[in-house]
Amino acid sequence: MLNFILRRVLVAIPTILVLIIFSFLLMHSAPGGPFTSERPLPPEVMANIEAKYGLDQPLWKQMYDYVIGIVTQFDFGPSFRYKDRSVNDIIAQGFPVTLTYGSIAFVVAVVSGVTLGAVAALRQNTWLDYFAVGVSIGAQVLPNFVMAPLLVLVFTLYLGWLPGGGWEGGQIQFIILPVIALATSYMASIARITRSSMLEVLRSNFIRTAKAKGLPSRKIILGHALKPSLLPVISYLGPAFVAMITGSVIIDVYFSTGGIGQLFVNSALNRDYSTIMGITILTGVLTISFNTLVDILYAWIDPKIRY
Amino acid sequence: MVIDQTKMADLADNLAQMDEVKGRSLWQDARQRFFHNKAAVGGLICLTLVVLFAIIGPYFAVWSNEEIDWAIIGNAATMGAPSIANGHYFGVDDLGRDLYSRVIQGTQISLMVGIVGASISVVVGTLYGATAGYFGGRLDGAMMRTVDILMSIPYMFVLILLLVIFGRSISLLFIGIGLISWLDMSRIVRGQTLTIKNKEFVEAALATGVSSFTIIRRHIIPNLLGVVAVYATLLVPLMILTESFISFLGLGVQEPNTSWGALISEGAGTMQYGTIWQLGFPLFFFVVTLFSFFFIGDGLRDALDPKDR
Repeated sequence: MLNFILRRVLVAIPTILVLIIFSFLLMHSAPGGPFTSERPLPPEVMANIEAKYGLDQPLWKQMYDYVIGIVTQFDFGPSFRYKDRSVNDIIAQGFPVTLTYGSIAFVVAVVSGVTLGAVAALRQNTWLDYFAVGVSIGAQVLPNFVMAPLLVLVFTLYLGWLPGGGWEGGQIQFIILPVIALATSYMASIARITRSSMLEVLRSNFIRTAKAKGLPSRKIILGHALKPSLLPVISYLGPAFVAMITGSVIIDVYFSTGGIGQLFVNSALNRDYSTIMGITILTGVLTISFNTLVDILYAWIDPKIRY
Repeated sequence: MVIDQTKMADLADNLAQMDEVKGRSLWQDARQRFFHNKAAVGGLICLTLVVLFAIIGPYFAVWSNEEIDWAIIGNAATMGAPSIANGHYFGVDDLGRDLYSRVIQGTQISLMVGIVGASISVVVGTLYGATAGYFGGRLDGAMMRTVDILMSIPYMFVLILLLVIFGRSISLLFIGIGLISWLDMSRIVRGQTLTIKNKEFVEAALATGVSSFTIIRRHIIPNLLGVVAVYATLLVPLMILTESFISFLGLGVQEPNTSWGALISEGAGTMQYGTIWQLGFPLFFFVVTLFSFFFIGDGLRDALDPKDR
């Protein structure tokens, strides 16, 4: 097991390095430097600025410094747009917001998806099953950028119950709509996966044996059926987590919650390269670490996986 | 007894006239199963209607997609509602442009993104996966490790990074979406290839000295088509979703072009002024198309899945 964990981590590290180097080279190949403006600066000033940001160094040195800065101190360097702030300051401002509603949405999606799917499988071909399947098919074509306007239309404009945007330090009424908009379609996917794998498990021999020896159905479901039917759900957690992070871009922009998604789009529109890179790398590292964690968890739970 | 005798005579006639029994190919079987699936046929009909709308729709348009109706501009909320009388069947958008023509244009572009993205993924993913699966060994290990690494990168962020750095253009959007979509396809194709390459007909081809490339082209890829077709149908809506996602952020297609995502974004921005049709019409086409593709994909999977026979 330890060997397996080590191997997974050893694969994750070069992946992160590849991501950092790739985004660095991409940024470097962008036409025009970060300080090219319509009014050209005098060459001496330009030289000073480039020296300050280390742009006069050879390419490999710049890349080396950038990678070392990230690896040793989590330092993403200065922002090219806001002269008085570093990329770290910008991320530190937005990340807690995203983390708050993102993790709530993640928990909501997993818990409600598994419940819905399990209930549908246990009551197969009843109205409950049809309802659950209907919800999950419907939610599949309502991605977050469709859900967000629809929710605001109903709950803000027509009913007037909840605010249509803002964050205000994370008060509960500002969190509800972003969480629903973000969680819906992933809840649907999780429900569908849980339902089909649970149906498969319920038809297998060991469940029939458990029934035959007269175990109460509550014990059969919780003790025998639930764990194997959750395995496909666990392998979906990685993609779901990525989707939460990506979806936060839409949520931040639409609800003006001020998370990293909004900062990302703003810097994309402002061509603030270092901030875009910083956020790309941060989300990449989060994704890769989370996927590694899920892999390890999966191997630990599923006895069929050999390591 | 009389009745029985005529029946027997009929049967004898029938038997005498009957030619040899026609065999049914895999594809005929699949087609039959597909057309028995009501949801899939419904999806196919809806999708055909959407495509016809995108092709024939322009001939019924009174206004072009770039023309501004100066009589309505500024009063979109009160005068711009859908009406047959002034030729704006779907109403006008916030700038007084005809929404009917805009939705047609958005439909064309969104469908194109979906199909081009899925085609790139089919071509690249199939070749890559078939090569890795067929040759196996160290090459397979290296190729699939690369896919693993590429898969764990949050591609949406990288795609936006690409769009920002190289300028927003529709061709880059096509390439970017296509390049990230083949990863899953290559994994599926590789898995299938691994099972096919151990079949007897491949062995026979090898024994007669057919080259590896010809075996992949003539024997492996035709046998992969079923899986690839199913997965490609399910990929098209995902490509449309990705494009809409990026266009919703304002980073995708640029004016005067538009797509469903861009139209939904515009509609969502103006709906508080009571112009609900600006959100409703693009959203309707978006949802109907995605539904159709998902149902067709499910139907194809049921029709082509060898496990279900």
